[in-house]
Amino acid sequence: MKIKILVLTIFYLIGSFNISYAANSEKVDQISKNLRCLICQGQSVYDSQSDFALSMKILIQNKIDEGKNDEQIYDFLKSKYGDWIVYDPEINKNTVLLWVLPLILFVFGGILIFRKISIK
Amino acid sequence: MVKNIKLIAVVFLVVLSFFILLKGLNKTNNYSPNLNSSNIDFNFKAKFLYSNEETTLYKLINDKDFSLINIWASWCLPCRDEHPYLLNLNSLGKLNIIGINYKDSEVNAKKFIKELGNPYSKIIVDPSGVNSIELGAYGVPETILINNKSKTILKKYIGPLDDKKLTELKMIIKNEN
Repeated sequence: MKIKILVLTIFYLIGSFNISYAANSEKVDQISKNLRCLICQGQSVYDSQSDFALSMKILIQNKIDEGKNDEQIYDFLKSKYGDWIVYDPEINKNTVLLWVLPLILFVFGGILIFRKISIK
Repeated sequence: MVKNIKLIAVVFLVVLSFFILLKGLNKTNNYSPNLNSSNIDFNFKAKFLYSNEETTLYKLINDKDFSLINIWASWCLPCRDEHPYLLNLNSLGKLNIIGINYKDSEVNAKKFIKELGNPYSKIIVDPSGVNSIELGAYGVPETILINNKSKTILKKYIGPLDDKKLTELKMIIKNEN
């Protein structure tokens, strides 16, 4: 019985430690999920354990501590690494095709379907 | 008529995607931001390797025409290979070479310098890697050539220096003068 209580206490302690840890860096997690890890492409900064990503997470935490908001942190990183670092690129003259092309294809496909139906 | 439009559309799309993919083949996978957009914040704080004083990058840029910021670490093997190139560049006397010691232990860093020589005028430490991100760096080794007067980045090399990059660096310094 004593062992049972001991084991349960340990599990409880581990659990509570994890929760407090997660609460601390929740904001960092949220931001780093939107950032591309530049040296390990295909992973987000959040997923990666590379030196670059680890430093990036510390930097994000520092910026949060300084009182910067999400937008300011993204802007800061974009000014250093370019639009490529964010998974959600904003619309500018370089990315306009990226945003408009699906819309054009959608409309084009719609027209094709519409014509097919009206012919029948 | 409808069939024709469909055919033309399909051919157009295939040709378009072919050329987009063809263009992508020739592009390098290493993405690097263009130099104009990456502005350096010269005001970040860092400590020296050989003393506990705090400094800013701004203070380290001296009256020479150019500064070469080199990010290195003792655990980084390519850094060992590029070290002779830095010593060579330092012997030109035209460059102020600033070392940033990236995520390293103090003892190992000092051993590295003692063993291979010191091309740096000043070495600052970056134990968490945050300062390197402020510089827009990816990791070690990385080298950034700065015009001291205009405070602009002239050239940035990701990866170790080699013969080709050394000649290029010398050319840039010569032409800018």
